[in-house]
Amino acid sequence: MEFGTRSKPRSRVSNQSSVKAPDDKCPHKIQLYSVAPTDTISLQEFEELAVERLKVLKAVETIGITHQKGSAKYCELLEKEIGATKLKDSFLKVNGIQGDEGERRKRDQVSHFILRLAYCRSEDLRRWFLTQELDLFRFRFQQEDKESHAQFLVSNNLKYRPVGKAERESITSQLDGPDHFSNMDGVEFYKVPFTEALDLVRNRKVFLQKGFAFVPQDDLVSILLSVFRTQLSHALTVTSRALPSMEEDGRLLPMLSGLSKRYLGQDYSVRKTNVGAITADMIDMLSKKSFPLCMQNIHLAMKSNHHLRHGSRLQYGLFLKGIGLPLDEALKLFRTEFTKSMDVDTFDKKYSYGIRYNYGKEGKKTDYTPFGCMKIIMNNPPAVGDAHGCPFRHFDTDFLKQRISSSGVSKDGVETIMKYTKGGHCQVACAKYFELVHGISDSSSEVEMFIQHPNQYFENSQKLINGPGKTPTPRGVKIINSSQNSIPSGSSAEVKQEPMDEDLDTDMGLTQEQLDTIDQDTSS
Amino acid sequence: MPETHNYDPNTLPDLLPLYYKRLFPYGPYYKWMNYGGVPKHYFTNREFSFTLKDDVYIRYQSFSDQQDFEKELQKKCPYKIDIGAVYSHRPKDHKTVKSSAFIAQEKELVFDIDMTDYDDVRFCCSGADICSKCWPLMVIAVKIIDRALRDDFGFEHLLWVYSGRRGIHCWVCDEGARSLSTQGRSAVAEYLQVVKGGENLVRKAVLPEKIHPSIRHSLQIIDKHFLEYAIKKQDLLSYDFVGKLGRDTASRWAILQKRLEEGRNMNLVKGYTEEEVKLQFCYPRLDINVSKGINHLLKSPFCIHPKSGKVCVPMDPKNIDDFDPMEVPTISGLIEELDTSTVPETDTEGRRLKDYKRTSLKPYIEIFESFLKGLESSRKGKMIEQSDVKMEF
Repeated sequence: MEFGTRSKPRSRVSNQSSVKAPDDKCPHKIQLYSVAPTDTISLQEFEELAVERLKVLKAVETIGITHQKGSAKYCELLEKEIGATKLKDSFLKVNGIQGDEGERRKRDQVSHFILRLAYCRSEDLRRWFLTQELDLFRFRFQQEDKESHAQFLVSNNLKYRPVGKAERESITSQLDGPDHFSNMDGVEFYKVPFTEALDLVRNRKVFLQKGFAFVPQDDLVSILLSVFRTQLSHALTVTSRALPSMEEDGRLLPMLSGLSKRYLGQDYSVRKTNVGAITADMIDMLSKKSFPLCMQNIHLAMKSNHHLRHGSRLQYGLFLKGIGLPLDEALKLFRTEFTKSMDVDTFDKKYSYGIRYNYGKEGKKTDYTPFGCMKIIMNNPPAVGDAHGCPFRHFDTDFLKQRISSSGVSKDGVETIMKYTKGGHCQVACAKYFELVHGISDSSSEVEMFIQHPNQYFENSQKLINGPGKTPTPRGVKIINSSQNSIPSGSSAEVKQEPMDEDLDTDMGLTQEQLDTIDQDTSS
Repeated sequence: MPETHNYDPNTLPDLLPLYYKRLFPYGPYYKWMNYGGVPKHYFTNREFSFTLKDDVYIRYQSFSDQQDFEKELQKKCPYKIDIGAVYSHRPKDHKTVKSSAFIAQEKELVFDIDMTDYDDVRFCCSGADICSKCWPLMVIAVKIIDRALRDDFGFEHLLWVYSGRRGIHCWVCDEGARSLSTQGRSAVAEYLQVVKGGENLVRKAVLPEKIHPSIRHSLQIIDKHFLEYAIKKQDLLSYDFVGKLGRDTASRWAILQKRLEEGRNMNLVKGYTEEEVKLQFCYPRLDINVSKGINHLLKSPFCIHPKSGKVCVPMDPKNIDDFDPMEVPTISGLIEELDTSTVPETDTEGRRLKDYKRTSLKPYIEIFESFLKGLESSRKGKMIEQSDVKMEF
């Protein structure tokens, strides 16, 4: 909690240039940012640092989407992009020691804390910031050598030590044979409780025995990331609770909310202006013309099975809400289809609750936000019998090909899309699909647009088909920023919510419930 | 599966009061949910929810002690009981606290395996039905998950339960499992999930270049059952092939294996085709959303499945091969037994025997009690450890 108040950099306007940070505060090049800076900086510097770090984080985001993280190309591009910002000395390996190392570390630290302030105020902003910071951390950590890694552990007081020789041998003896971890002679293992290496456990990337994970040194970064994630997401939450106390400072606020406005994402939550413009009987037609493949697929599954499983109802239901289908029309749509295989009673009992829930009429009564591409791709992959997920990620290649060509895409076009799919660039593949289906590019040209959200796909499509003036959906896309309503006094009111009980948010280290606990802690 | 001998779902409302009065094992059940009273609020803050007649569903029930629980069950006679999380406040008071303060704190780590999820790989029955031809899938599931939870994750107190119809549940009751975060739960569940992908993905089990030791163990377990199950019971390759493709499933499978082997030797086939086939057909299919959430409700052991009339009974994972779902007692059978039982009402020392000990429910209760004994002894071990630590000061 103390972060909240301490993390505010002193902003007394001063002409003198910044004071050197004592080295014991940032004992290593890479930090977990557990200590907030306390020096004085000028307002100009404040803004500059924030903008520069933002540039870095954006580079991390875009490159991370188009290239596989950790690959040579990824590192090369990222290095180039970071090299173009003013923070390059802080983030990149410097050949030969020039300049002031302490100053570089301080710039890293200060810029991080400024963005923390700017990006702590809503769930979406926090998640974005957290994701990019984690990727940046991973990139930087992997640039360092073994010695530096060891130093990092010591300086951050992280007590991870390689396992002893005897234990190592007993482990490696079990790893012999044609499996995951053979040929690991000379590799050190770190023994940690499995709860500290959840990402590795999840992906079966680590050997487990009696509750302990034996993490090979190459994967050490993964444990550190989870430490960093926990710390940072906690700190962000706490900072957001402390924001109201900054209201007095009229100079920082506009700057901070301006910064968070630069967040690229769009908000497809509530569109009160448009409700009613779309009705249940239009969906069939719209689905063919303007739905992204993922939603087309769920729609088709619903038409053929007269049923959808939970994950699909959630993904599809929220999307429909996002395009402006009102609650009663949504109920009508689902009821017409579902009752072909069940009686109305069963439907009302079992399914109408979920639909009203999506619209915030049941349970916690929260108006939930439609899922973005990242959420659809990363979270809750479809299981047996499910129709949701991202086709470019979760479909068999043959089946996907068939589906794309049945939408009238030429053979060359299909191949181009499949090329992106194979490279793991689902959103690029989806954008290409969009361009081809709408005839705005041919199969050989570069992909120009970028799909981030199924609802964005839909709106772009409608704009193209109907012309910008006559869209049935409003075009005014709300950029998430809290400056519109100035700073809310109870900042928790601004926290955006997504369905929690079924689909707990794994991106933020904290669940809503935990956030609430912290809320209690801070208020008491 | 023929619905058990004499059970008629219409008689359920008449039978339930008797069941809750004379047969439901309140003592052991409370002992389980109370976890030795440490911490104190573990039972009182636990959510139970009931499904009553006509699908009336009531959530957030909670009870102060065993008597309270007993009284309420006998009064309401629920068709189904679900167990939820331990909350920060008593669930029945949840409306009196701020909703943000009412927090699910702990729950057993649970797994739910449902036979309907195997519908694309079993050809004997579908949906809610099970038979001796597909039950081996559940046997394999218990063995694989049980091994992984014990050996890989170090959990000890696993309560396996037959849900009464077509599924099985596992309750992991170790302290570490009960306090696991949502992220922790989903990581464990995803570690155990190998068969992935929806309707639009045919190849659902994909192995990386190197097989993880845990999957290797699972394959060893599958191997012990595969021929018996896939060839004798399911007869998977029984299509009428044209040409010389072997006489029956067994010879066809042998041919397939040989060809794959040849292909591998000539470097034509890469990866683990045979293993992936085995996994796709036999590896346990978890409903991982049930495992992920702390506040997710799961059907309680010892309630009655309204459709089959069967009791939701514990299973012994060590003797899972001998467990026969067709032999699980039904509520009507049990109540009949009460009248006809030849077991005396008192034991050799003249103490009155619990009614459930005089029926065919007895062996299942004994499995439950031995599970409880395990829980208790590790609790004692821990207390001794703690007091030892204190002594050092």
